[in-house]
Amino acid sequence: MLLEKEARKGAAVTTFAMATRMAAGDGLLPSATPLQLIDPDGRPGENAGELALPEPRILLELYRRMVLGRRFDQQATTLTKQGRLAVYPSSHGQDACQVGAVLALRDDDWLFPTYRDTVAIVTRGVDPVEALSLLRGDWHCGYDPYQHRIAPQCTPLGTSTLHAVGLAHAARLKHQDQAALVLLGDGATSEGDTHEALNFAAVWRAPAVFLVQNNGYAISVPLAKQTAAPTLAAKGIGYGIPSLLVDGNDAAAVYSAVRAGITRGSDGLGPTLIEAITYRIEAHTNADDAARYRDDAEVQTWLARDPIARLETYLTAEGLLDGNAATRLAAEAERFAEGVRKRMNIDVGLDPAEMFAHVYARPTAALEHQRAALLSELEDTGR
Amino acid sequence: MTEVLSPAGEAGQAGRAGETAAPVTMAGALNAALADSLSADERVLVFGEDVGALGGVFRVTDGLAAKFGEARVFDTPLAESGIIGTAIGMAMNGLVPVVEMQFDAFAYPAFEQVTSHLAKLHNRTRGRVGLPIVVRIPVGGGIGGVEHHCDSSEAYYTHTPGLRVVTPGTPADAYRLLRQSIDCPDPVVFLEPKRRYWSKETAALTPDGPAIDQAVVRRPGTDVTLITYGGTVQTCLEAAEAATAEGWDVEVVDLRSLSPFDDTTLAASVRRTGRAVVVHEAPGFTGYGAEVAARLTEQCFHFLEAPILRITGFDVPYPPPHLEHLHLPDVDRILDGIARLQWDDNA
Repeated sequence: MLLEKEARKGAAVTTFAMATRMAAGDGLLPSATPLQLIDPDGRPGENAGELALPEPRILLELYRRMVLGRRFDQQATTLTKQGRLAVYPSSHGQDACQVGAVLALRDDDWLFPTYRDTVAIVTRGVDPVEALSLLRGDWHCGYDPYQHRIAPQCTPLGTSTLHAVGLAHAARLKHQDQAALVLLGDGATSEGDTHEALNFAAVWRAPAVFLVQNNGYAISVPLAKQTAAPTLAAKGIGYGIPSLLVDGNDAAAVYSAVRAGITRGSDGLGPTLIEAITYRIEAHTNADDAARYRDDAEVQTWLARDPIARLETYLTAEGLLDGNAATRLAAEAERFAEGVRKRMNIDVGLDPAEMFAHVYARPTAALEHQRAALLSELEDTGR
Repeated sequence: MTEVLSPAGEAGQAGRAGETAAPVTMAGALNAALADSLSADERVLVFGEDVGALGGVFRVTDGLAAKFGEARVFDTPLAESGIIGTAIGMAMNGLVPVVEMQFDAFAYPAFEQVTSHLAKLHNRTRGRVGLPIVVRIPVGGGIGGVEHHCDSSEAYYTHTPGLRVVTPGTPADAYRLLRQSIDCPDPVVFLEPKRRYWSKETAALTPDGPAIDQAVVRRPGTDVTLITYGGTVQTCLEAAEAATAEGWDVEVVDLRSLSPFDDTTLAASVRRTGRAVVVHEAPGFTGYGAEVAARLTEQCFHFLEAPILRITGFDVPYPPPHLEHLHLPDVDRILDGIARLQWDDNA
């Protein structure tokens, strides 16, 4: 539990280091334009702000994971068209956010993903088949959240921001050096829970990082109908939360920004709000028709800002990547996709009795009765 | 994660065991339960609006922040969804939050967190993530409260699988049920009948006794079963006494646990008496009593001498303070209900 010493230390930090800065709003407002470490043409960015370029080893891993993630995303989309998945919200185009954010996490940190963040989950190490359990329709969450410290994918928008803040605050109370990263979209910033979470996090100085993947649309509703704020990152000042506006198609910038947020939290300085400007190349899901609300020309513009091509150009120019390595990686991605495809094409046997097993820690008498009735019904009808 | 809580702490039970039982209010009993749980298990936290220095608007958390420190008993920003949502995250990280919603209707902003996450996370994760959270909510009327301070919101919660919903009718049971709720691996919505906060009882406070999911017969009788909970337990006991003048020997069953429902105790009582009336403050239409009447009819049809009746609040938004006495089921209305149980058909 929180010791008095810690409370005093925390109070001192607020009094001397932050109070005067906060009164002036210093350090709370984001940059006017998105921070970039690598520009869309693959050259060193000229608006890096305080972000530090990750070391080559990290850059190469960001690239590798984006290539694998993109191939996984394509495979999942194909499986949906084949009827193997009930639905799949693609993150194609948001690859830098998916991978950059996750690689910035330390082992003990927690990830709070949404339904569009399956690539992030797989990048964190979850078995792809377990990660797709929700979207295949087998169970609501197919992986063990404690194994990789990943909350279940959250469907009600904004609600998991509060879970992340609670988890981060608990870590502080228990003196665990542990942060929580919550992923949300531009639409979720309009939800009341997001407001409450930012406020609670700031008041408690919880080690939480909010990464808003601003892809321009909440299903069909464009950002202009979502907010009148100059940027979503600009909202941070209202909570006393330092904010960063980054190029969400620059994996290095996303990595560096999230890492900075984690470090701030770890240092007892509280939460960070990051807005990453990106774009959803595919429709909201396979059930959506994006042509009804956006032009193909806009999609083409963003295809030209592809996060993988950008990093590949940079790495190649820096002599960190050659054609052989890229070919080997492409082969690795194919093997990965093939494994996912093969395993997803195997029908899983679901146990109907499991519906009753986890409602409570132990099934109630009434649930036992209903379970027995269902099993008897299935036996009678030979289903 | 769901291996919850060590046995009762030394300070709590051992300290009290040797003492002569003194009169205690329900608010005092709840305060003692929180203090004893905080002593017994360092994972237990108490938080909400005004629960710190003030001790809660009903003083249920009085003195706890001073005794256990602000890291364990603390005020939150004024946002109910935030309170429940962050409690969920804390429980995911191994803590045992006991949170307070200030009033029944002020808990509604948290409804999505309660129904979509608190109730479902254990099921969503195939039992891997348990949420041993207690949500304390003062409910019901009878205190002259203005609008939004007097709702009986139990049916919203009992209709949500994954939640336990309990409500005490007496001070001793308030202590017992709250200790049991904090010990419970499932999320518990703990409804406190606010008009009974100041009712007194002379009884030893102990978590032992009827389990968290058991109903109890508060008054044995042979002619008719009054089925009730929370604030109307006392009203029904008074009605049962008054009924003796009419020659009726009335049994009163206090449900304690609204979800799950104790079919065993209730069916046994109704089969014994052959008549039953469900009493609650909440509106009758699709209210909790409808479920009670339906399931006991299904289970006891051949034992019934009359349809199971409901004596409830009217199907109106909770009335203003000067009219609430007309809305709340009272002794006369309960006796009228008993009188309508087709006694003449037996003659």
